[in-house]
Amino acid sequence: MEAIIDTLAKIFSLCRKEVIALLKDPANRVILIGPALVQSLLFGYAATFDLKHVPYAVFDQSHSAASTEFLARLDGTGIFEREATLTTSQQIAPVIRDGRALMAVSFPADFASDLSAGREAKVQVIFDGRNSTTAGAAAGYVNTVIAAYNRERGAAAPVVVERRAWFNPNLDSRWQILPAMIATLSMLQTLLLAALSVAREREQGTFDQLLVTPLTPLQILVGKAVPSVLVGLTQSTIILMITRFWFHIPMEGSVWLLYLGLLGFTSASVGIGMSISALALNMQQAMLYTFFIILPLALLSGLITPVRNMPEVLQIATYANPLRFGVDLVRRIYLEGAGLGDIAHDFLPLLVVASVTMPLAAWLFRNRLA
Amino acid sequence: MTDTPPSVVIEGLSKKFDGPDGKPFAAIDDITLSIRPGTLTAFVGPDGAGKTTLMRMMAGLLRPDTGTLRVLDTDLRTDPQSVQNRISYMPQRFGLYEDLSIQENLDLYADLHGVPLDVRKERFARLLAMTDLAGFTTRPAGKLSGGMKQKLGLACTLVRVPDLLLLDEPSVGVDPLSRRDLWQIIEQLIEEEGLSVIVSTAYMDEAERCDQVFVLNRGMKLAEGTPAELTKRAQGLTYVVTPDAGVPARDLQARLIDAPDLVVDAVPSGGQVRFIRRPDCDEAGFAQLLHDCAPEPREEELEDAFMLLLRQHDEAVQGSAITPLAAGTVAPPSNGNGNGPVILVRDLVRRFGDFTAVANTSFDVRRGEIFGLLGPNGAGKTTTFRMLCGLLPATSGELQVAGVNLRKARAAARARIGYVAQKFSLYSNISVYENLDFFGGAYGLRGSRRRDRVREIIRQFDLDPDAQSGNLPLGYKQRLAMAAGLLHEPEILFLDEPTSGIDPLARRAFWRTITSLSQSGVTIVVTTHFMEEAEYCDRIAIQDAGHLLALGTPREVRERSGLRAGHMNEAFIAIVEQARAAEREGQEAA
Repeated sequence: MEAIIDTLAKIFSLCRKEVIALLKDPANRVILIGPALVQSLLFGYAATFDLKHVPYAVFDQSHSAASTEFLARLDGTGIFEREATLTTSQQIAPVIRDGRALMAVSFPADFASDLSAGREAKVQVIFDGRNSTTAGAAAGYVNTVIAAYNRERGAAAPVVVERRAWFNPNLDSRWQILPAMIATLSMLQTLLLAALSVAREREQGTFDQLLVTPLTPLQILVGKAVPSVLVGLTQSTIILMITRFWFHIPMEGSVWLLYLGLLGFTSASVGIGMSISALALNMQQAMLYTFFIILPLALLSGLITPVRNMPEVLQIATYANPLRFGVDLVRRIYLEGAGLGDIAHDFLPLLVVASVTMPLAAWLFRNRLA
Repeated sequence: MTDTPPSVVIEGLSKKFDGPDGKPFAAIDDITLSIRPGTLTAFVGPDGAGKTTLMRMMAGLLRPDTGTLRVLDTDLRTDPQSVQNRISYMPQRFGLYEDLSIQENLDLYADLHGVPLDVRKERFARLLAMTDLAGFTTRPAGKLSGGMKQKLGLACTLVRVPDLLLLDEPSVGVDPLSRRDLWQIIEQLIEEEGLSVIVSTAYMDEAERCDQVFVLNRGMKLAEGTPAELTKRAQGLTYVVTPDAGVPARDLQARLIDAPDLVVDAVPSGGQVRFIRRPDCDEAGFAQLLHDCAPEPREEELEDAFMLLLRQHDEAVQGSAITPLAAGTVAPPSNGNGNGPVILVRDLVRRFGDFTAVANTSFDVRRGEIFGLLGPNGAGKTTTFRMLCGLLPATSGELQVAGVNLRKARAAARARIGYVAQKFSLYSNISVYENLDFFGGAYGLRGSRRRDRVREIIRQFDLDPDAQSGNLPLGYKQRLAMAAGLLHEPEILFLDEPTSGIDPLARRAFWRTITSLSQSGVTIVVTTHFMEEAEYCDRIAIQDAGHLLALGTPREVRERSGLRAGHMNEAFIAIVEQARAAEREGQEAA
């Protein structure tokens, strides 16, 4: 009992020192809150796959009421804005190439006559494929407009697809991105914070002073990891607040479960950060290593592109990536209202990562020599 | 004397900087002086005296705030470039390219200074011969020892012949042998090329070689003159006294230095105590202080005059210098018992790759003694020290501290030692109290016991609990580090180069603390490259290039060197040279 109290008291001393040292510096205090705040607003507003404005060009050889009506429907969506009216087919290429229009709609001369004769009428739509995401989204919108147009003309297709998107009824990409940011943005900072924590002490020579105290490497590790985890959770909270109360994205799941999930996720991230920190000889190296792994972590997380689309080798690699499970976990709890049973499989890899990296870091403290 | 104008004329020069606490302070405070051409001139003063600032201003690298500064009869304010074309300046840390070889470094600097190709060959040959580097021209600069780097720096500075050479503390961190070589080069240059040289230094034996000496302190000029003129200021005040048999010289020294009203300075030396009396000291009190020991007058030295000037100036500015800790204020540690060696080292070896940093070293440290590890930079002191503290594993050999090997022992064993690193290694951005509170907690002190201990140690070391640790003056940082190391009342205190970079007065105060700690029974292991500090130790070990060259009391070591009197520095040089000569013979025989 006495031994446990002694250990806890020592760890608590270290935690308190870490927190004091962190909060003492006004610049640090800003860094802990500012980026999470700014970045989550930025992602909420800027990082969206939904197209709000699609400039397009028209090359109308049919000059008919039918083509005019079709264009009116496009304009009626409020998304498509006519940027240019072309008179020759040669004008199409430059207008797309210069980025003045995202797509060009071309009506052949026999568009109206084919239509009135009940034949298949063709409309050619040329997209700027340099950005496949926006081109794909624009093509989707055009198809929706054409389908509605067909239905009204009584040329309804035999099969009609009724779309219902669960968990995100309007398929708003902000709903997809922001909850994921609760994990992603806080990871960037906790990783860096943890990575710098020991590297800074090594560089400033204070780490030796710490190693000669009766603190064991494991105690040092816990004392340094706990403040980093707390910072990570604080940042997640800030982003959670913004997602819920600023962007009004409804939360389906339990707050407690969300925090339990975040605790596992942040611990795994801190474990990786600590290992980087124990491996690095100075702050510059620690930062370099961190930036080196952050991009692959984000890419292999399923945040932007589905994990299932990746080559099999990379899919296996994603099991070591806490962000993959963090993103999945947060999205499922937040949007889907998943229960503990639903997300249990996300926990296991996180715990494995944490329980490998943390002891590794503790071992490196004493055995990594400058 | 010809009518050539002075090489440097300074009038009413001042320069202010922002201090760490945000307040401006005067690095150079209204200095007026002039330097004769063709002479060797020294600026001496403790750290923070303004030596480097002055050097940088003369080199045109810093603009003065007020005052005039003429170098080589040119106003630096209006025409710094033409001055810089005619001078050479070697900063404290010379910018060698560590990945380039000696030859490539020389070529590079010759290119930068536009030295014509036909002149180079002869110039390089001469510089390499002088610096004794001719055999290593292909070696990368990063792989040279501290002394060799400094010599290469000097060679690169001298690729062309300047009208004025500025050297900023060229011998800082350089071992005594390299220091001697460096000065031989400088003197040779003056003799053969008639160079004017200005050098800043903290070593009095270096200042003694100069034609003209300026003493600086706190940005002000305290005195100027030839070494002989300055030395005269201490005339009639210098004595040496022999303690009673059985009394260590440092105990008598402690008693003398604790009486600042009577004594300016006292240092142990060869079993005796050399001291300086205050000019206005009270005769009766003086006699009482010395008890029945009879002081004998001794010849005054430049160092005596320097200490006298410094002490008087510091007292005038701030009342008194840093107050040393009074004896007996440090609580005796909860010491283990027994009289056996408290540290035991047998055949200790440490290799880094194919480089042997410590070779077959064996020694003991007895309980309660002050043990000194001495040697030049790179001798293996710090490596040995880190192995003792358990920070570095030994390649082979046996090692015990307080009965255990700290690297393998349970963490609790580390509570029996205290550690003070070479560099200030407490947390700079938190307060003194927060630092001590943290280390108290790390050493397992809890609740009221921790509060009491922290309060007690803050009082003992006269610290300001609310001050931010990183902003403390160097001497106080040192104290804080000691306080943190002693918080848990360790049996053994390890101090790595505690006095490097602190001024002579602070060094006296520091050693006074050490002697009083030792009186209370703490075993102390200390490394230093100041050879004269060996005199405070009970026993010393001298290391060079990883080998233990001598072990014993300072007196024994001195006798082994064959020099009975004189400074420890000379004894050290003699021992290292004997060892190196023996090694050469061994190689030739083999």
